[in-house]
Amino acid sequence: MKIKILCLVIFFNFSVYATSNEILNESRIHKNLRCLLCQGQSIADSNSEFAQTLKMVVKDLVKQGKTEDEIYNFLSDKYGDWILYKPKFNYENFLLWSFPYLVLVFGGFIIVFLVKKR
Amino acid sequence: MQNIIKLITVSLLVFILGIFYQSLNRSSNYDTKFLVGNKIADIELSDLQSEKFFTNDDFKNNKYTLINFWASWCAPCRVEHPYLMILSRNKDIKILGINFKDKKINALKFLEELGDPYDYLAKDNNGKQSVNFGIYGIPESILIDSKFNILKKIIGPLNEKDLKEIKEIIKS
Repeated sequence: MKIKILCLVIFFNFSVYATSNEILNESRIHKNLRCLLCQGQSIADSNSEFAQTLKMVVKDLVKQGKTEDEIYNFLSDKYGDWILYKPKFNYENFLLWSFPYLVLVFGGFIIVFLVKKR
Repeated sequence: MQNIIKLITVSLLVFILGIFYQSLNRSSNYDTKFLVGNKIADIELSDLQSEKFFTNDDFKNNKYTLINFWASWCAPCRVEHPYLMILSRNKDIKILGINFKDKKINALKFLEELGDPYDYLAKDNNGKQSVNFGIYGIPESILIDSKFNILKKIIGPLNEKDLKEIKEIIKS
């Protein structure tokens, strides 16, 4: 009897853990998807028809076992990179991602130069 | 050394100003016209009036197919309807109407009232299929050829200009 209860508790905890993980995952994805019909809102913040449809599609894709990146790739194929709040790192966005680091290095270089000069 | 730093600083400033200038002159209206030239997603749609299921095989023999997302509750769909009726008389093009988040009874009433331009009538009850086609609002129309290449994407209601452009594509 004790073993049965133990098994039931483990099973219940595992189910709750799996479901909460799925919900967390979906919620993170929603926050990174732009509502194309809204002003500066993610689909997590919007109740528009489009946002609701996308939420359903994301739910289905998560249930199918697709990874976060696979979901982003699927949606950016359909709607372009604009749908993603966090742009992908590719040759088109290379400058976008690397420019802050270039400025940082350049800034450091100037500081070193000015300190040495003093 | 100081000259190099000055040169780099000026170059950076010019670069940043260039980016601002380019961004300010670019249209901020989002559209999915970049999909033109790509292949359409695999078609898997249920018929509005029967248990039939549409797949790519149903459209591969059509020279051109216009995929039109519409609904009876959508006012701009009423505006574009006469243009669809005109297109439906052209033998070189078949029209697939996808009824979007609508009630069947209202959809059929709409067609009874304004005419039925559709050679195929499918449904997308929950809107999920629209994502496969890159749709984000209705009405939207996609013109494809027999190889399922997207030739034209029309966001919003069809108008006189779109009709003319579609006719020109069909002629060529």
